[in-house]
Amino acid sequence: MLDPTPNGLHSGESPLLRTIGLTKRYGDFLANDSIDIDIWPKEIHALLGENGAGKSTLVKAIYGLIQPSAGEIRWQGQPIVLSGPSQARSRGIGMVFQHFSLFDNLTVAENVALGLDGRESFKDMSARLEQVSKTYGLPLDPRREVWQLSVGERQRIEIVRALMQDPKFLILDEPTAVLTPQEADQLFIVLERLKSEGRAILYISHKLDEVKRLCDTATILRGGKKIQTCNPRLETAASLARMMVGSEIRQVKAAAGRRTTVPRLVVNDLSLAPGEAHGVRLEHISFELKGGEILGIAGVAGNGQDELFAALSGERLAKDPGTVVIEGIAAGHLSITQRRKLGAAFVPEERLGHGTAPRMKLSENALLTGHAASGMVNHGFIDTAATLKTVDRATETFDVRKAKRDPEAASLSGGNLQKFIVGREILRNPAVLVVSQPTWGVDAGAAAVIRQALLDLATAGAAVLVTSQDLDELAEIADRIAVMFHGRLSAPLAASDATREKLGLLMGGSSLEPKEAAHAVGA
Amino acid sequence: MELVEAIILAVLAASTPLLIAATGELVTERSGVLNLGVEGMMIVGAACGFAGAWLTGSILIGALFGIVAGTLMSLIFALMALGLAVNQVATGLALTILGIGLSGLIGAGFVGERITPAAHLYIPGLTDIPLIGRVLFGEDAFVYFSLALIVGVWWFLYRARPGLILRACGDSHVSAHALGYPVLRIRTFAVMFGGACAGLAGAYLPLAYTPFFIPGMTAGRGWIALALVVFSSWRPGRLVVGAYLFGAVTILQLHAQGWGVGIPSQFMSALPYLATVIVLVLLSRARTGGSTAPAALGTVFVPDR
Repeated sequence: MLDPTPNGLHSGESPLLRTIGLTKRYGDFLANDSIDIDIWPKEIHALLGENGAGKSTLVKAIYGLIQPSAGEIRWQGQPIVLSGPSQARSRGIGMVFQHFSLFDNLTVAENVALGLDGRESFKDMSARLEQVSKTYGLPLDPRREVWQLSVGERQRIEIVRALMQDPKFLILDEPTAVLTPQEADQLFIVLERLKSEGRAILYISHKLDEVKRLCDTATILRGGKKIQTCNPRLETAASLARMMVGSEIRQVKAAAGRRTTVPRLVVNDLSLAPGEAHGVRLEHISFELKGGEILGIAGVAGNGQDELFAALSGERLAKDPGTVVIEGIAAGHLSITQRRKLGAAFVPEERLGHGTAPRMKLSENALLTGHAASGMVNHGFIDTAATLKTVDRATETFDVRKAKRDPEAASLSGGNLQKFIVGREILRNPAVLVVSQPTWGVDAGAAAVIRQALLDLATAGAAVLVTSQDLDELAEIADRIAVMFHGRLSAPLAASDATREKLGLLMGGSSLEPKEAAHAVGA
Repeated sequence: MELVEAIILAVLAASTPLLIAATGELVTERSGVLNLGVEGMMIVGAACGFAGAWLTGSILIGALFGIVAGTLMSLIFALMALGLAVNQVATGLALTILGIGLSGLIGAGFVGERITPAAHLYIPGLTDIPLIGRVLFGEDAFVYFSLALIVGVWWFLYRARPGLILRACGDSHVSAHALGYPVLRIRTFAVMFGGACAGLAGAYLPLAYTPFFIPGMTAGRGWIALALVVFSSWRPGRLVVGAYLFGAVTILQLHAQGWGVGIPSQFMSALPYLATVIVLVLLSRARTGGSTAPAALGTVFVPDR
């Protein structure tokens, strides 16, 4: 009928799933604008696009979670209407969500049972769960409650749950966004195996190297429209990025003539007991950060980065005031507000709940960090005009895209909210900026904006401390890189000297020179 | 011995309405809805229950009147808190105020009237056993029903698939919706079950506890039932223990006054609430993570379409 052979490879067969002119409208906003996509068996098909390009809307429609406003979905050649996910599941469509659809206070087995249609007894289901998890090498203890599990284990539940329906077609929404590189590698092995079993996979991501490595086909969405379907292996990361963003990604460029000045953030032999049961003890951390300089802190998550951030921001206080010195003033005992008054600014890793109050407006969130030192409070009264002006300036300077002038923080996409948070702090002209995972889960365009902003801030004379697990990011912006391991910080390496091999050794707990092992890294 | 038996009987009678109302609220809260209108639904159940029994002369029909009245009250709550996504705390409090006024209106014509209270079981031989005979085999039907109800609820929540789905809605409505469960419909049923139980618990008072109706006769039992759900940490087994414990406190308070024990009765009345606070503290210290309460309790859910 319509365009029967999209490419020569599949002539004669019909695709497993096909959407024709699929459109989803929210009011005046077209989240999906007439999208045609074909999914074939034995194919890993990437769905690429920036945040807000319409990827999630498209897969929600395919999974029956939302009803398309127009267009058609065909399953094995037949037009279908999916009034809910259970109908999609019964046809063999499975989905692994980006924000997991798990229940923290229920057990693994109960969580899996809820994702199935309940035709078998709980006992049979548990037995099958163990069998599936063994077959695919995804170990799970069915009796544990989800809140006790790591992010990687939680994703395993989602995948096993989907696999137990024996799906012909599996949708994964940004599955590696929350995984360590090793966990991601294990996931790819599972996906390759599923493909070899004849299943089709729709893989949503904006990590281009992953897509090039794993996927056979890629469909790129932008602004709700399909831009192109291509073979990602024949494209370069740059050409894919260009299709996603619609223009060249700005190359992050450090301004010439950046000079380091006086020390603005100094940490002297900072040790701190963990604040919670499974926290990491900080051991003898020392570094000096000058104005005009960016220091990167690398390391596998959970090696004390969160604890260091809390100690620097004043969320946890040090016993000895001299261990944290901001702008020449001993600040270890000062509160967050007092540290802000000294010219420090902080961007935590968690955007919702730590960086912003999700259900409060952006202007109120601007006030929350700006009340002490940014002139938003007038004789004890909130200067609403000033808070709104901060929102407008951050919007303009950092290209924050949002539906109205002053929406709730939770209504922004991850990348736009991160641009707002970083912008909010940078607009205060801080002398010291401490930022944790600045581009975690942020699309390529927004990440470039944020990295450039950090470089510009350093050029303007501020001291910037960046904690990141993304080594490419640190290589791009940091002048020096130190590695955190088991609560200790290695001596910083000059960025030019910090090869992946050296950083990898430090991240694994080895030392670079045997002589230093005794006191610098320990065991 | 006579006195011990009398006290046990009195405790059972005082505990039964607490147990029934709290069982209903436990199911409601397990689905993630906090309905603070238990007192209001109970008192309307009491007025309608008495009216039904007085008009027909049947305790059973009276009890059914109470159940229907409580369910209708809970539907008002469901319409506001679930249908229109109004704040649940405010809606529940308003429901209580409405219920107290409404019950006065319905019951005004019945004040001073008497009915024959619900009959007690009598099995020759068994009921005559000293001390335990009347306690085990001489209760009214409400007492036996309340125990069957809580066992049924336990089975439903932990052994039946619909119960698992209900608990899932209470833990994360977002996840439940993503998996395709009709969160609002499930919660509406849970709220209606809570209303039916509260109505029945209210009807118990004029049908079995005292054979007449007086305005305000629930006297805060709805609030104790709410505290009881928290005290039980949302578990049916602990709910039974808590109900009899709280019932015992209210009876002992009367006897303590009679015996001239120098504890102010106000302190005794406050004991259930104090015990609830202490249990909450102990629970939060004992547990290292996760959440004891249904994680989505009291939060508004509006599905996106």
